[in-house]
Formats: sequence, structure tokens, C-alpha cells
Amino acid sequence: MGIGASLPRLEDERYLRGRSQFVGDIAFPGMLHAAFLRSPHAHARVISIKKPEGAENRVFVAEDLSGVARIRSVAKLPGFRGSDWPTLAKGKARHVGEAVAMALAASPAEAEDLTAATVVEYEPLAPVVTMAQALAPDAPLVHEQWPDNVLLDSKLESGDFEAAKRAAKHVVTREFRMNRQTPFTLEGRGCLAHYDGRLDELVFYCSHQLPVPLQIGLSQTLGISQRRLRVIAPDVGGSFGLKSYLEGEAVCVAWASLKLGRPVRWIRDRHEALICDASCRDYRCKVTAYADAEGKVLALDCEVIVDAGAYSPWPWPAGLEGMMALGNMQGPYDIRAFRGRGINVVTNKPAGQPFRGVARPISCVGHEMVMDALAWELGKDPAEVRRLNLVKPEQMPYTSVTRKQLDSGDYPRALRRALELIDSDGVLARQRRGEPDGRLIGVGIACFYEQTAYGTGPYGYSSWGIELVPGLEPAVARLTGDGELVLEVGSHSHGQGHETVYAQIANEVLGIDPHRVAVRHGDTYTSPVGTGTYSSRSMVTVGGAVDQACRLLKRPIAQIGAHLLQCRIEDVAIKGGAVVGPAGSVSFAEIGRAWYHHPENLPDGVDAAGLTAIAGHKPHDPGVFGYSTHAAVVAVDRDTGKVEILDYAIVTDCGRRVNPLLVEGQIVGGFANGIGNALYEESSYDENGQPLATTLADYTAPSAPCIPDVKLDFFEIPTPFAPYGIKGVGESGAIGPPSAIISAVNDALRPLGAAIYETPVTPRRVYAAIEAARAR
Amino acid sequence: MKPAKFDYLRPRDLAEAVRALAAGGEDARLLAGGQSLGPMLNLRVVAPSLLVDLSRLAELGEISERGDSAVLGAGVTHAQIEDGALSNATVGLAQRVASGIAYRPVRNRGTVGGSLAHADPCGDWAPVMMALGAELDIRGAHGTRRLAASQLIAAPLMTTLARDEAIVSIQVPMLGGKARWGHVKFCRKPGDFAESLAVVVIDAARDAARVVLASRTGVPAHLFATEQCLRSRGKAGGDAWSAIAAAIEQDVEEHALRGHWSGYDRSLHRATLTRAVKEALI
Repeated sequence: MGIGASLPRLEDERYLRGRSQFVGDIAFPGMLHAAFLRSPHAHARVISIKKPEGAENRVFVAEDLSGVARIRSVAKLPGFRGSDWPTLAKGKARHVGEAVAMALAASPAEAEDLTAATVVEYEPLAPVVTMAQALAPDAPLVHEQWPDNVLLDSKLESGDFEAAKRAAKHVVTREFRMNRQTPFTLEGRGCLAHYDGRLDELVFYCSHQLPVPLQIGLSQTLGISQRRLRVIAPDVGGSFGLKSYLEGEAVCVAWASLKLGRPVRWIRDRHEALICDASCRDYRCKVTAYADAEGKVLALDCEVIVDAGAYSPWPWPAGLEGMMALGNMQGPYDIRAFRGRGINVVTNKPAGQPFRGVARPISCVGHEMVMDALAWELGKDPAEVRRLNLVKPEQMPYTSVTRKQLDSGDYPRALRRALELIDSDGVLARQRRGEPDGRLIGVGIACFYEQTAYGTGPYGYSSWGIELVPGLEPAVARLTGDGELVLEVGSHSHGQGHETVYAQIANEVLGIDPHRVAVRHGDTYTSPVGTGTYSSRSMVTVGGAVDQACRLLKRPIAQIGAHLLQCRIEDVAIKGGAVVGPAGSVSFAEIGRAWYHHPENLPDGVDAAGLTAIAGHKPHDPGVFGYSTHAAVVAVDRDTGKVEILDYAIVTDCGRRVNPLLVEGQIVGGFANGIGNALYEESSYDENGQPLATTLADYTAPSAPCIPDVKLDFFEIPTPFAPYGIKGVGESGAIGPPSAIISAVNDALRPLGAAIYETPVTPRRVYAAIEAARAR
Repeated sequence: MKPAKFDYLRPRDLAEAVRALAAGGEDARLLAGGQSLGPMLNLRVVAPSLLVDLSRLAELGEISERGDSAVLGAGVTHAQIEDGALSNATVGLAQRVASGIAYRPVRNRGTVGGSLAHADPCGDWAPVMMALGAELDIRGAHGTRRLAASQLIAAPLMTTLARDEAIVSIQVPMLGGKARWGHVKFCRKPGDFAESLAVVVIDAARDAARVVLASRTGVPAHLFATEQCLRSRGKAGGDAWSAIAAAIEQDVEEHALRGHWSGYDRSLHRATLTRAVKEALI
């Protein structure tokens, strides 16, 4: 049941039996419900707000929020412009859905009635909807105090770019558009604030993945000390990065509860989510590869534009996406010269927010589309061109041209295995034969690495100069009086299965049955000050801390055990939840009883800290690098434009798998996100900045029948830089699909001379690409 | 979002329902399974003063076969049909249709009558009932009448029903044992409303061939050239595909002009039609 066991999730018992508790399940007597009045304009001055008569004390506008500071995101990147994000629109509204007023009532419906009866006078302004509009010389300004709409313009150059360019025999350029989507979670955002008069503290329940940063952010904006804020992130129904920013609505709800001394709850609905949640994946990129006669890439030149929306969130500022897109654009390839530029623009759309994979889907598309283009130009097999360029196992550890420190693995073998799994030779034969139904078959490949669990600096977060730099990750391990174990951690689990895998680590160290281990997380009362769950870090960093804490516990356990067994500590071993000596054993229960209830039975000189251990893990600063190859086989219907995935394989190396079952869950779940990105999900806007996908009838989120079976295989090449050789794995499933599917669709369309460089690959886009080729 | 305030009535019988509807004036609405009306209420795109809830009326749940017709109560759910309620009468067509409507939880509550009365241009049942030559029994405050399914939808989300009328049941002519059908629904993902839906029913015993296309640009329509071609083919027993393809093309051209179809619409509808005809013939 330790590391390597496919233990079913311990937390599923409560999820499957309906005993889980989400924010929407929590209520307090006398609780008020909040609703938000939202701007119907993408860009407008707020001239006046008239509250409904008789309800003036139940409707609140920006001016009412006394003592509330604006949400300001901070980064020390050269040229970075932090935007103030008002909790309620002040002066002007910068996107459709921006909260303008909050209403409180006894039910959500009545609160909505109040917002409907509140009259706001707007003066509409010209909106900035597209990246091109944002960058136009005479563009309206989203933030009037800025000279333009550029939030961050960063450049990265490395190696002798000009020399490499001159040496090149082949040059290919491709441009790509990845359209904005929403980080779609089953449970929406929501929070509940309730003031505890006895303790003089605000208890804040929130569907969130970073409870500790949220505590800090609320403390800063509300102006109350951290000790007076208890943040609880209870069960959370998916997050993917969405629930990691400090939301204006959360600040409003917390403020209202403090002001009125009553519990206040706000549960966002799907319509609101699609209109005003932070969005993601809004990129354009242009990549040029310079290659020698064989197809070895000598240099890469790229430009990425990120539409960051109207505001920069806290704690992760906008602008990081552009940096990350550039920093990973060379991918798993041995390329020694690089030039890149990342422009992050603001527009009159909801703020952008990192989403599972954070910018790496566009980096992956970037390097993979030029690999395909090179192969076609050279008349070579796309897999062959990739093999020629991949970093070889004997080059590991390998520092990339963008200074990523790829630590371990066999990239060419992952490619080979993925092609085997889809039987690429068989598919090519089928492709040559042609389909009886006239559909076109294509094969696509995506090779990439996933930088996970990165640390403080200089390669990690501190280099960005953000406010909350993560680093040392703590864990507490406590043996109870009856010999069971409680683990307290600062990460949050919202589907990942931390309550199972941390218990498996404890089993690995102490031999204790995971069913006798409780993992406590998501409550700032009990959690040590960790920074939460993101960037595929928890298994490495928190897992590492749990490992350390359990190791620390071994000493007092062994000491007490040896004393009870009347032997030397050198002669005992900890096995299967007991201390075993030459002449017998004592269970953890007896050890716990001795410590807590019978100090007369303890050895002299025992450490008074007893059976509680606090330990931390400092992650390797550059992170640890997992990697994958995705291979896709698709069929494209020329008449309807529909793309069907016929086969899909993912080969992943995430080092040692603590729980292979849960690793598979991470990959398949990420794959589902990636399918949405590749084929279905799009938050589109009209020329006035009005969102066009505001219900699930228009926002095509993939459902179970859209997700085909996927063939999986794993290598377990350990990283030298993390306990047990574990590499993070939370995002790789989501990174590859847009790239692999675009590659496959374009392979299918090649006989028609058509290609598509935009996601999602909708039937209409496929048809348009075919028509465009026909017209040429 | 949550609905604005409304009054709610659960009538004892249909007579009380249509009386309440008549008395409720412009803002009264019938509630059946609530699978379309529910979200519309929540989004506040409709704000009726009164909802008359038909969902508990046993008289709307009838399923029977009378002579050469099957009678389907308007309150029969998609799930009941998916589970076989109309399978015999339609030689499996209705079962196929029902199983492709949204998801099972929606099918458990959504009703045939509700779907027809909602008159979404791409609703699943209207084109199928038209292709089956079904008729609707309508009851209003002033009596009952019978209406051909083809006459129901006046415009997207608008029927020819009077304000105080409700669909009571649907008379579906029993298909002959040798009847053939084709049904092709195209949507971005399973369970969505169709972007194109083509239904073909060929019943040689009745000398009938009906072809109906539903799209998002108009109301479901019979495609007369294709119907004509399939009927005469039935008589001649020939298998001249080129004639059928030409008829389909003629229908597509006509509707493309009327519905201002894009090149994509044209290609898509041609594809669903062609495939539905082939499914029926092969």
C-alpha cells in the first residue's frame, strides 16, 4: 500500500456516498445571499447608480466598501504594469460581467430581484476586443493611466542567433491562434463569510485551491490581521487554476459579513461563470525554425501575444503566461539559438488566469507545428525530424537554450513507444488505401516536457518578483494516542487524491496502513503555512515534506518502542505500524498510549516534542521535468468538417508513480481538458466585446462521450532531484492534445492542400480551410 | 441565476389547465418536463406571471395503439420512448431519436409534447413527427381540434397554437413492417441540439416517402423534390442514385436561397440529407 500501489482513493468513500461538503452545502442561521449586478458593456463609464427604493441598505456599490483596498498584482519584471482590480467597478467597467454592485437578501432569487431593480447609467466607450485592436496605435486605453494596452513586453535571446540563421538551409514559419476558453469546473466559484464574535475572527469558506494565499490576500484587502482570518477550502469540485486568484466577489462577501455581522454566501452560477470568470488560453504565436539540410533545427524565432483581459490577477500576475510560453517554446529539442518576444496585452474581456498547463499548450503547438512543417518541406517523416532534434538520453542532464534544466529521461523512446501504440505503420497503410466513407485519415504527434514543482529561485518564482514566492513546503505528522496518524498539509486536494497518496508515503516510511491515516488540508487552522496546489507540485513538494515528517517521527517511535521492548534502539525496526525488536514487538497504539497517557513508561531523556513532527521540503529550484509523447489518429469528414479521434496514445514519464491509478486519472482528466481545448471549447466575443457563449448551449464543453479511450504507457525514470525520483504529472495530459490533434488534422488535410492553425478545430473551421485550399 | 417571481398552479385535470391558461392571459405558460423552460426561467429570458404545471396529469401519459395509429400522450417522456414505447409503431425510428436527445437525466423529464410546443427549430421531435405524417390532438378552452405535425411550427420558438391551447396527444400512423427510415443528426457533441437533422421515412405499403430537414435557419421543412423522387423510385423499383442526388441538390438549392445558407450550411445539410436517404435505402 506504499509507493507504487494502485490504492483506490480513500476520499471517494465520502464523494460517492454524498457525504462530501462543498461551499454550497454549508449554511448558517440568518445567512444572507449575495448577487452581483454586472456591467452589460465591455467598456463604459459608470455615471450613476440608483439603488432600489427601500433597499438602499441591502445594495452596495464601490463607494460603500469603506476600508477595502484594491486588488493590485505585483511583479518586478522589467516593464510590467500591474493593474488595480477594483472589487466593484469604480469609475468605469472594463468588461461585460464586471461586478458593479452587490445585493444581499434572504434568498438568491430575491438578491437578483434587487440587482434587477438597481439602475445604472453608463456611458459606453469604444471597446478593445481583439489583440490587434489592443496593439493599434490609436487604440482606446483599457487603463487610462497607461500609455498603451501593453501589460508586459518581454524578450528572450540566447545563443548565437544570427550565425545560426545564416547557416540555415531551410526556413519554415507558421502562425497559430489558440482561442480563449474558460477554465471549466464542475463546481463553480463560491464563498461564505461568517463572523465569529467569540473569537473575533472572520471564518471564510471558499471554493479555492490556495487557502493560505487567500488568507493573506483577504487580510491585505480587508485590512484585518491574518490571525483574525480563518480560511477553509472545503471539498472543491475541480479548479485547474481557476480558483487560485483573489476574487472581487470574495472580498465583497467578506466585507459584508464583517459590516453586518451576519453570514453571507455567494454561489456563482454557470451563466455568470461563462460571462465573468477569469478566462484562459488566449494566444497568438508565430514561430520560425531555421534548420540545416537534414532538418536539424539550428535556431528558433518566435513571437507570442497573450490576451490577458482587463485585469491582472493576484497572486499570480498576468504576464507570466507570455514568459512561460517563450521559455518552453524550444520544447524537448536540442536547439542552441533562440530569439523570442512575448507581448501581453489588455483588452475589455475578463481577466486571464493560468489554467492547467499554463501557456505550455501554445508552446507545444509552436514547436510541433514547425517540426511538421520542416518534415513536409524536406519530404521526411515527421517522426524522423523530431527524432533528429530531440534531446538524447545521453545528453541528460541538459540545459536548454532557454535555461530549462531537463534532468532525466529518454525522449526518443517515448516517441517510439507512442507510435507503436497507435500502430503508425498500419495507419499509414490505411491512409494510403483510403476510407470507404471518404473520410481523410491523419496521424499527429506532440512531444513535450512538463516542468513541474519548481522552487523559489533563481529559476523559479522569485525571478518574477511576485508578492508570494513559494519555496519551503511544510507538513506535520502526528501519531495519535491510539496509534494512528494525522498528516497536516498546506496543499489542497480537489480531485487529485492527496488524502490517499500522502497516506501512501506515510506507509512507505512507517508501514502504517493508509486507512489509519487522516490527511488534513484546506483549513488555515490546521494546515501549516504551505502555498497550496498548483504547477504540478504537490506530490513532489508536499509529498517530500510528508516523507520528511514521517522520517522524523521514526526516532521517538523507535526510542519509546525500544524502551518498552527493553532492548537497544539499534536493535529495533519500524515495520507494519509497529516497532519490532529481537524478542517481540509493540504496536503504534502502545507507543501512543505510552507517550500520551503513561509518561511513567517513557525512557529517560525522551524528546519532549514527542510524537508530533514538523518538517519541510525545499523543492529543486529549476523544478523536475516530466515529459510525454502524444500520438493521435483522426478522421476528417470533408462534407461536415467533423473530426473524429480514432486512436490516441500517451506515453508519460513522471518518474516514480506513487499511485499508478491516480496518475492515470491525472493523465486522462488532463486529456479531457486538452480535447476541449483542441476541438470544442471557445469563449467567443462579438465586435462590441459581448460574450457569445454565455450558457452551455453555446459554450461547447466536452462531455464523457466526447472523450475517447486513450492508450497509456509509462516510463519510470527517476529524477535525481526529488524524493523517490518523483516528477509532477498534473498538467501533461492537458498540454499535448491541441498540438497532436492539429498535427493529425493537418496530416489528413494534406492531400487537399489545406491546413488549419487555430483551435478549437471546429467543423466550420475545417470546412473553411478546405474551401480556402479549393479556391487557391 | 434564479427565476423572477411567478404564480404556480398544479391543475387536477386538463380542463382546469386550459381554463387557467385562458384566464392567465398573455403571461401564463404551460410547464411540462421543464427541460427548456426551466433554464429559460432561471436565465430570466422568460418571466411568466403564472406557470400551469402539466407534469402530474395522468391523462397526458397515455401510450396505446388504436387501429392503424399509435397514440402517444403529450406527457410521455423521451426516456419512455427510448425504452421502447413507440418502437413497434415506428419500426425503431422513435427509439433512435429519443436516445439522441440531450442526456438521460433530461430524457427522464423532458416530454414529447413539451418538445413540440417549445418549437425549437432544431428540436428532435418536430421533424420526425412530420416525416411520420403524425397529427396532434389539441385542446383549448373552447374545444378540441386536430392538427398535422407539419402545421405546428410557425417560426422558430413559435407555434400555431392559440394561447389557451395545449397539445394532448400525438397520433402516429403505424409504419408497415417493411417501412424503411433514415435519421441523421449532426451536432458538435452528443446531446446538443442539431445543427442539421434529416429524417427520411419510406413506407411502400402506404405509398409514402417523406423527407424532412431541420436546420437552425428556419422551421423544419419537407423536401418535396426528394420526396417525389423517392416515391416514384418506389413505384419503378429502380435504383438510379443520380436521380436522387439531383433531387437532393434541387431541394438544397431551394432551401439554401430561402434560408441564406453559407457554403458550410449547404455542404452540411447536403451531407445529412444524403446520408439519411442512404440509410433508408440501403
